[in-house]
Order: sequence, then C-alpha cells, then structure tokens
Amino acid sequence: MIPAAFEYYRPTDMDGVLAILAEHGDDARVLAGGHSLIPMMKLRMAEVPHLIDLQDVGGLKGITVEGGTIRLGAMTTQTEIIGSDTLTAAAPILREASLQIADPQVRYMGTIGGNVANGDPGNDMPGLMQCLDATFHLIGPDGTRYVAARDFYEAAYMTDREDDEVLTAVSFDQPVGGYAYEKQKRKIGDYATAAAAVQIVKEGGKCTSASIAMTNLSDTPIYSQEAGAALVGTVVDDAAMDAAVAAMLGDIDPTEDNRGPIEFKRHVASLILRRAIARAWSRA
Amino acid sequence: MSNKMHIKLTVNGEAHEFLAEPRELLIHTLRERLDITGPHIGCETTHCGACTVTMNGKSVKSCTVFVAQANGADLTTIEGIGDPDNLHALQTSFKEHHGLQCGFCTPGMITRAAKFLEENPNPTEEDVRFGMAGNLCRCTGYQNIVKAILATADELNAAKEAAE
Ligand SMILES: Cc1cc2nc3c(=O)[nH]c(=O)nc-3n(C[C@H](O)[C@H](O)[C@H](O)COP(=O)(O)OP(=O)(O)OC[C@H]3O[C@@H](n4cnc5c(N)ncnc54)[C@H](O)[C@@H]3O)c2cc1C
Ligand code: FES
Ligand code: FES
Repeated sequence: MIPAAFEYYRPTDMDGVLAILAEHGDDARVLAGGHSLIPMMKLRMAEVPHLIDLQDVGGLKGITVEGGTIRLGAMTTQTEIIGSDTLTAAAPILREASLQIADPQVRYMGTIGGNVANGDPGNDMPGLMQCLDATFHLIGPDGTRYVAARDFYEAAYMTDREDDEVLTAVSFDQPVGGYAYEKQKRKIGDYATAAAAVQIVKEGGKCTSASIAMTNLSDTPIYSQEAGAALVGTVVDDAAMDAAVAAMLGDIDPTEDNRGPIEFKRHVASLILRRAIARAWSRA
Repeated sequence: MSNKMHIKLTVNGEAHEFLAEPRELLIHTLRERLDITGPHIGCETTHCGACTVTMNGKSVKSCTVFVAQANGADLTTIEGIGDPDNLHALQTSFKEHHGLQCGFCTPGMITRAAKFLEENPNPTEEDVRFGMAGNLCRCTGYQNIVKAILATADELNAAKEAAE
C-alpha cells in the first residue's frame, strides 16, 4: 500500500496554491483531509506527482451564519460541523447527515470541501448540498466564480471544477421547515446503499415546498425536482408519498455492485425516501 | 522526484527529526523508523482503527496520513498513555473486564477511548458504541470493551470528585 512518489507542497496562502496548479496542470492536486485521496493513491488508482496540502492555507476554515446565509469554509471538517451549535441551530440537517458519514477518526479529517469536490457518487454531502440548493465557490487564475451544486456534477469523479481551480467554500440560504437525512448502509462507516436528503415546508397543514435529493443511486447525486413537486399542495399522505417515490424512481439510475442488484437498490431507495419524507414532515 | 524532506515530529513528548519521502505513511514512520510498535497495522485501508494515534488532539488512522502531512505535529501513541509499571485507568479496566482477547486491536482501542473520554467524560453505552465505531475487534464481540470504557469513565469521575 505504498503510493507512487510525489512532490509535496504546503503553501500558506491561496496565491501559492494557484501558482503550483498553474505550473503543473493536471499533474497537481490539492489535498484536504486526504481520506478519499490517500486511499486512492495507496491503491494506485490515483497518481499525483505534485500534491498540494491545504492545511496551512489561511481563510479556508470556519462556519458563519449571517443575514440568512450559511457559509462553510472548504477545510471545515465533519467533526467541526457536528460540533457547531450555531450551524445545528440554523441548519440541523448538516449535523444529522455528518453523523452518518464514516466513523469518528475519518470525520476528524474529512472536510466539506473534499467531500463535495471529490465527485464520488458515494459521498453524502453532494446530495445534501443539492437538496439545500447550495452554491460552490471556486477560485482560479481568473478570480472567483460560483456554481450551483445542482449543476456541478457531470459523472463519477467528473465535475464542473477545472484542474486549476480550488473550492474555497459552500454557501446556502438558511433552510426553513422540516428536514431529514436518511441513509441505509451495510454497517457503520459504510457508504450509502441509498440515502435521501429532504427539506419540507408546511403551511396551514399543507406542504408548500419540498426539496429532495438522493445519494449513490446514479453516477452523480440526483436532485429530483419532480419528487419534491409531487408533495407540494398535499397533506403528505400515503398517496402523495407514493407519487414522490415514483417520481424519484424515474430519476435515479443505480448500477449493480457489492451493495446489491439494481432492483434491491430501487427498493431501498423507495423505503429510505418514504422514511425521510415522513420524518421531515413530522418536524415541519 | 522522491525528494526526501526534513521532518520534525513530537511523539509522546519526545522530539524526532529525520529525512523521509513525503509519501511515507505515518504508521510506517512510527513502527519502522522510530520503533514505536504499539500502533498496529490491521488492514492498511482505513477500516480497522488498529493504527489509531492522537495527532494534534484528534484520533486519526495513521495508515491514512502521509508523514509530510504530519510534519510539525504532536502525536500520542499507546506508549504515551501508560506503561507496564504505570498503567492508565483504561488499561487496568480492559484487563479487569476482559476487554481484550488476542490484544491486536487494543492499542488502537485504548488510544481512541482515551481521546473519546476526554471529549465525553459521562458517556452512555450508546455514546461509547458510536464513539468507538472506527475501531474493529475480531475477538471480543465488543461487549467487554464497552463495559471497560464505561467503568473507566465512572472511575475517573469518582477520582475527580474525590480530588475536589
Ligand atoms: C473508511 C471510510 C469511510 C467513509 N465513508 C464515507 C461516507 O459514508 N460518506 C461520505 O460522504 N464519505 C465517506 N468517506 C469519505 C470521507 O468523508 C472523505 O474524507 C471525504 O470524502 C473527502 O474529504 P477529504 O477532506 O478527506 O478530501 P481529500 O481526500 O483530501 O480530497 C478528495 C478529492 O477532492 C479534491 N479536493 C479536496 N479539497 C478540495 C478543494 N478545497 N478544492 C478542490 N478540490 C479539492 C482532492 O484533490 C481530491 O481529488 C469515507 C472515508 C473512509 C476512509
Ligand atoms: S491499519 Fe489503519 S485503519 Fe486498519
Ligand atoms: S482482542 Fe483480538 S481483535 Fe480485539
């Protein structure tokens, strides 16, 4: 389990990072917590001749809630998300999801930036960010640009991020209403067989808006606009849930792997989404 | 390529300096270079926790950290937690409650448990199981590990009260 040799850099500011990326192109990659990249390098599924460690780069950490907008610096760890009372008060779904990622040791190291930039369909944060309609902040040689989480994912490990860009933060409007992150996995620490992120708003006993995104059921996270739309205007009874589940099943495209055959995954996705909707509704 | 780097580490209070390739994994540095063989290699794939050490106040799996990342870090391994003449309360408790059989997972278990109890001195059984979920044991079935950690929490709290 020895990775290929690499040159190691630990710049202290973003200019330093961008300069190395500009010089080495796709031979260079940034390292955040390393808990997706290092396992890939050890398996030699990834070779990174120039590895740029972000740990000393200023300004990439921290959680702010201001004027209804929540911002997480890219290097904020899963453990920091779980431990933030401010964030949990403003958007409790972040803590609920983070507690279902990996195990304590991995959560001390794993970052929100690494989790969303990685592009692994198994990662939990991308689907959650799509549910929250988050914006990703990318800095590159031409300055900063903003990409919607719902437009960011192209295929497994393929995203809208260019090789010379670094993700600096994610931000989203403070969510309102009920929430749930529901995940089925084979054992603690495993990636999802299926997971669902749900936010629901209830007014006068009826659902007035709903956002639904699914994880590890396609080669990208799946924001199912139609699943959410199926709940709007209803009292979220069985018929409405059936309609939402049917819409979601029309949007996902799971493949068979060691977590099960396609039919099983569709079955699990249905159950997980029902549970997530019911729990979010009960909290709305 | 394969340039060696100048690395500085503090392990169990002792400073170390050496040249190493950045790709060296921290567990290999500890075991092979520094002869600190308490942390074990169970899987080398980030799953078992046998290699757990404390790095700058966090429990980490040292098979998934490059030595270059750890440059400048303060590390604690099982050797820094207790020794045969001066066992840590967790070590005594694991012995009393049969929290180990073959012992392979134990250094990682106790290193993680020490950090866990520091962060949560009054855990429930569920807290212990959740907080120890990154450490696998193929022998005990976990029951006695959980008992040993809960008993240690009671003991440390009683000692703290007695001291106050
Ligand atoms: C045993 C185990 C179980 C796990 N289970 C889960 C799970 O259930 N759910 C889950 O979501 N994750 C899981 N993970 C993954 C874990 O959460 C990772 O830590 C996370 O996906 C990546 O974050 P990182 O900070 O470690 O990123 P790294 O591994 O450092 O980086 C991952 C990729 O993103 C790129 N990158 C990182 N940061 C940036 C940035 N700021 N800008 C641009 N590119 C960047 C890197 O170049 C690399 O390609 C698991 C990991 C392990 C080892
Ligand atoms: S050897 Fe590091 S987690 Fe198993
Ligand atoms: S005591 Fe044998 S693996 Fe835990």
